[in-house]
Amino acid sequence: MSDASPLLREPWPSLERQKVAVSFGMWVFIASEVLFFGGLFLAYTVYRHLDAEAFKAAARETEVFYGATNTAVLLTSSLTMAMAVKASEEGLRRMTLWCLGTTAALGLAFLVIKGFEYHSDLEKGLWPGPDFPLHPAATQLFWAFYWIATGIHAVHLTVGIGIVTVIAVQLKRGTLPVEATRFEGVALYWHLVDTIWIFLLPMLYLVGRA
Amino acid sequence: MSDAALIYVRHRDKEESYLQHGHTLWSWLATTDHKRIGILYALSITFFFFIGGMAAGIVRIELMFPHGEFLSDDAYNRMFTLHGIIMVWFFLVPSIPTTLGNFMMPMMIGARDVAFPRLNLMSWYIFVIGACFAIFSIVAGGVDTGWTFYTPLSTMFSNGAVISAAAGVFIVGFSSIATGVNFITTVHMLRAPGMAWFRLPLFVWAIYATSLVMVLATPVLAMSLLLVMAERWLGMPIFNPANGGDPILFQHLFWFYSHPAVYIMVLPAMGVVSEVFACFARRRVFGYAMMVYAMMAIAVIGFFVWGHHMFVAGESQYANLIFSFLSFIVAVPSAIKVFNWTATLYRGQITFEAPLIYALGFLGLFTTGGLTGLFLASVPIDVHVTDTYFVVAHFHYIMVGGSVSAFFAGLHFWWPKITGRLYSEAWARFAAIVMFLGFNTTFMPQFIMGYGGMPRRYHVYPPEFQVWHVMSSVGGIVLFVAYTLPLIYLTWSLFYGKKAGANPWGATGLEWQTASPPPKDNFEALPRVKAAPYAYHPDREAPDPDKREPETMQGEMP
Repeated sequence: MSDASPLLREPWPSLERQKVAVSFGMWVFIASEVLFFGGLFLAYTVYRHLDAEAFKAAARETEVFYGATNTAVLLTSSLTMAMAVKASEEGLRRMTLWCLGTTAALGLAFLVIKGFEYHSDLEKGLWPGPDFPLHPAATQLFWAFYWIATGIHAVHLTVGIGIVTVIAVQLKRGTLPVEATRFEGVALYWHLVDTIWIFLLPMLYLVGRA
Repeated sequence: MSDAALIYVRHRDKEESYLQHGHTLWSWLATTDHKRIGILYALSITFFFFIGGMAAGIVRIELMFPHGEFLSDDAYNRMFTLHGIIMVWFFLVPSIPTTLGNFMMPMMIGARDVAFPRLNLMSWYIFVIGACFAIFSIVAGGVDTGWTFYTPLSTMFSNGAVISAAAGVFIVGFSSIATGVNFITTVHMLRAPGMAWFRLPLFVWAIYATSLVMVLATPVLAMSLLLVMAERWLGMPIFNPANGGDPILFQHLFWFYSHPAVYIMVLPAMGVVSEVFACFARRRVFGYAMMVYAMMAIAVIGFFVWGHHMFVAGESQYANLIFSFLSFIVAVPSAIKVFNWTATLYRGQITFEAPLIYALGFLGLFTTGGLTGLFLASVPIDVHVTDTYFVVAHFHYIMVGGSVSAFFAGLHFWWPKITGRLYSEAWARFAAIVMFLGFNTTFMPQFIMGYGGMPRRYHVYPPEFQVWHVMSSVGGIVLFVAYTLPLIYLTWSLFYGKKAGANPWGATGLEWQTASPPPKDNFEALPRVKAAPYAYHPDREAPDPDKREPETMQGEMP
């Protein structure tokens, strides 16, 4: 095992085991995240059930163009992330680097597009408050969920972009070899963020347009 | 070989303990050693235990008089809220898992460390950051919502530092989740060769079950507090009835965490006393497999009983019926455990060392708390005693009488291992007995006045309850003494205590098969596990009264 020593950390006996552990730990964390967003989705579901008409009316105001574009962007980023993992497993350092870079760039693109969307939402005055343009009052509930859900998602995505950028830079500088055990764990997190968005898309954009 | 290398080799021969491995403050603050992190946690939660305790002391002094002598209504609200928030999230939830769990669990499974040592350190720093928010909210004037942050009080009407307090709890939650992820991965992936799942000591099972609850329940609390903060801070009307929001929804989300949180507090306690009973009765734990199933059942069913906190909050009668039924069901595995502990003691060769006295205290107090919990699980009685001191007494019996007693049992049991020193047995036994008496003097009167109708969270009350309140406050003083005593004699033992050998109690676990205090890497070479835990006596034979040595130690040292 001495050949793998620079990557092997206490308390692991072998690199394979360490790699499985990183992914296993990430899966456990994902279970936690599912419950985190589960609380939010539950609250949304309850209110949508209580006041379906208001939710439909409110959801018609979301910018489906931005939402659809962002879905495409994020799904593509998951593709490049998955390719990065595959490339790292094959020991293709440059390929891994390119895929990680593209992933981070697409993540950033998502945030920029989201920024334009937020700008447009705010111009329409869709921030809950006394001057809210929509009626009945429960439309504000929908928009509260919109801001909170997309906000938390954006925070998760920002964390993801940060991590991907860090490992990409480390890989480029050579401080992190391509055999490192963490790529799959990072990818799992990235796909989690992506999957959350796949739930948000129908909840926030498609609900009023059926 | 050069001289320097020789010195190095000789130095390595006498393996230095984890305490000698670096003496600077930085060597502690940047450590990734699970043992040192356990101690960092222990110091932090002791600090919060005394802050929360002082708040409780002020509450008890105030309640000695029926007309609110010292505090304004608002100050009183802030004081019991402070007590609740600090004690639940900054002491009880992290108490056993992050200290004894962190220190002992990797050693008990024969690992060199937890799965992610740096994440472990990070979780302590997250705890500290959350703690800073909590302390800020105290300095900024406190919070008056109660520890439950019920809306719309917390979102619309409270004028306290709700956001910083909620943010503190939110952040500390992530420290719990990180610890939980770490422990689950550790138990799954770092067991020593031969350490099959059903050879795990029950304390490890308890920490494992607790970690599952931490990982799956805490995020829901995080979300509900986030929604409260979003409403209060950003004006998102999530729970505002004027916009169609529903305050009961907050209660559902909150209790979906906060009922399992009770099991986060009590499952590790169950693990501790299982070790202690077996060791001081020199008996195999009765019904080991059933103990494991019972703990996992508690962890799972505990997720489906939260509705019993809302019997009078406007929940439907059908929901009440189901939650009541499930609350009775969750008592079954707890009862199994109580019977099994009792059966473990039966025909054991018992010696009354301090850890056992604390554990016996746990047994009595937990059972009392559990049985009164059944009163509260049945809707008609709960309607009668909702929001009275009966409820207060009930959960203090579980959380303080149960968990804190067990925490002290574990602390005394493993103290020789952690520090390498023996404490004064006489003082420890004395403190354990005082704690039991003080606890009952404090909380038994609360059952009585609660059943009589004394509501919780009021400091002005009808004078006929005063006698019970005075009794309770006097008990509080006794309890204060009992909690301070260990601080003194345990600290004393650090300097003057007799050196403990590797295995002062003659226990069977792997953690006793290495030096006290353990070397930095826990074991000089990793052990192989050859036996089930608690092999104090031959299988199918009663323990021999003349023989205190265990029949088989769990590990085989290479």
